[in-house]
Amino acid sequence: MDILTSILFATIVAGTPLIIVALGQLIAEKSGVLNLGAEGMMAMGAIAGFAVTLHSGSPWLGVLAGMAAGAVMSFIFAIVVLTLMGNQVASGLALSILGVGLSAFIGKPYEAEILQTVSAIRIPLLADIPIIGEALFNQQALVYFSWALFGGIVWFLYRSRPGLVLRAVGESPHSAHSIGYPAIRIRYMATIFGGAMAGIGGSFLSVFYTPLWVEGMVAGRGWIAIALVVFATWRPFRVLVGAYLFGGVMVAQLFVQGSGLEINIPSQFLSALPYLATIVVLVIISRDQNTVRLNAPVSLGQPFRPEA
Amino acid sequence: MTLTKIISNRWLLIAFTAMAMMFGGASQAADNVGFVYVSPIGDAGWTYQHDLGRLQLEKETGVTTSYVENVAEGADAERVIREMAKRGDKVVFATSFGYMNYALKVSNTFRKTAFVHATGYKLGKNMGLVNARFYEGRYLTGVIAGEMTKSNVLGYVAAFPIPEVLQGINAFIKGARSVNPKAELRVIWVNSWYDPGKEREASLTLLSQNADVITHHTDSTAVVQAAEEKGKYAFGYHSDMSKYGPNAHLTATTHHWGDYYVKTVKEVQAGSWKPTSVWGGYKEGMIKLAPLNKAIPADLQARIREMEKQLTAGTLHPFAGPVVDQGGKTIVAAGQNMTDDQLNKMNYYLQGVVSKIPN
Repeated sequence: MDILTSILFATIVAGTPLIIVALGQLIAEKSGVLNLGAEGMMAMGAIAGFAVTLHSGSPWLGVLAGMAAGAVMSFIFAIVVLTLMGNQVASGLALSILGVGLSAFIGKPYEAEILQTVSAIRIPLLADIPIIGEALFNQQALVYFSWALFGGIVWFLYRSRPGLVLRAVGESPHSAHSIGYPAIRIRYMATIFGGAMAGIGGSFLSVFYTPLWVEGMVAGRGWIAIALVVFATWRPFRVLVGAYLFGGVMVAQLFVQGSGLEINIPSQFLSALPYLATIVVLVIISRDQNTVRLNAPVSLGQPFRPEA
Repeated sequence: MTLTKIISNRWLLIAFTAMAMMFGGASQAADNVGFVYVSPIGDAGWTYQHDLGRLQLEKETGVTTSYVENVAEGADAERVIREMAKRGDKVVFATSFGYMNYALKVSNTFRKTAFVHATGYKLGKNMGLVNARFYEGRYLTGVIAGEMTKSNVLGYVAAFPIPEVLQGINAFIKGARSVNPKAELRVIWVNSWYDPGKEREASLTLLSQNADVITHHTDSTAVVQAAEEKGKYAFGYHSDMSKYGPNAHLTATTHHWGDYYVKTVKEVQAGSWKPTSVWGGYKEGMIKLAPLNKAIPADLQARIREMEKQLTAGTLHPFAGPVVDQGGKTIVAAGQNMTDDQLNKMNYYLQGVVSKIPN
């Protein structure tokens, strides 16, 4: 692989967990539920995915387990904020802390274990395209999954009736409820979907990306995913752009450092660059107030109690 | 059950201590020794090696020990250290650089307790210092790297440009160049002690830039794993990481604190302890190499064993002159060795490093 291909390849790998988690959160937020627990759900997904892969030998069962773990975590969150009307921000933060701590506790016996590396899936013909072929079409299965997820979510949100209902619930749960849609149940489903995706994102880290389990291995990626959704103004395509931009700048700065090019930029600044670049670009492409207003779910974070 | 009190949560510790004080305190049969760890013990790494030392201490001296892991380098550290001193621990080992000021502060209040701080530079009236000459092991791994590389490109994933890390990088390239003048070293700073994902990306970057032997000064095993996956070589650090890359892992620079812990505690019990600054290496048994991979040719293995003897005897100094920096300036003239003071102030790369130092 030449340099360009390697950078592209690494960019896509680095962006994939962010895409999966952020798209899951996007659905939850579109229904009006702000779940700040992504970091914790990813951590739980990571340990569940790792443990099950280790015992069963199947990374796919591992991903399923990660998905289930994320879903369970978000279900707990949903009960607190949707049924018990808890504050979403506080509950989400608590979920994050719970997930990180609980995963460390459960994961203690697994710190000594290692997994076999899962081999990539090469798509014939497409992978033979020069430069981009190897980078795009010789990847882990979850990379392809993230693209399918993106396509599915775009179709669901903007082309399907249930997607329209979901958005309506996020805009005005009262209106949706008054015309007969089960707003709470829809929010439950959206939240659990978000948790399941966070769990998959977490299991990607522990099963595919760095096949090991260590406490704190999510290393802030859950928070980045949450920020991505906001800076992408709740639009799936911008989430995709933002995630790859983040991954790309991170990988590129590593390449620059390794190459020994004459750069008089402190490496601390280079490390901050992915965050900075992502925020700046997303803020610039989303600076139009009208589109922000159009896309931001109006009732985000607000509890909803259906009148009898 | 061992006598070890395993309390992995600092709040629990504080609660327990408070309870013990409230109920008048059960009498302590044996002396207790407290350990403060910066990260979870895990299965490899900085804290894991300290914990091996703790276990050795328990076995050889019969004292009880307790530890608190994952203590942030901040106000929390002071709280934990203070609680340990307050409940009457004979010795408190604070095992991370960032604990320095907190440990010193607490040591000024608890004059009867012996404190030992690892890797710092502030000696107190009742606080000793301990550090290890990690660079001695790095030099040996550098020699192996210089012989094993085919591309003549070596890679290094590093956390922060502090003297301790730079000593390792420079010893590594100096060792490599002592046997292979064509060897060059690429360094990537990840600005984190611990982020397996980022460490892995940095490793893959180095490998794609032609490096075929890589190592790291960060805390996870991701670098060794990445090399294993790509069929290249790597060195572990802190601990033997061979099980994370049976083929890739050539050896590792490992730390051994146990003997020092035993000695310190025995001195404290005998009343002969004085706070000193110990910077131990091969000679003191604080630095060792993990078992050598069989991929290393027998004659090279023999040479490494010979150099280990020389390090122990003090006849081999990794930074023996001439030491020339990246820009061609001579730092240490031929025939001389770099002084400890110079080592502690290292802020440059030596010849052979092709990356630029972050400023």
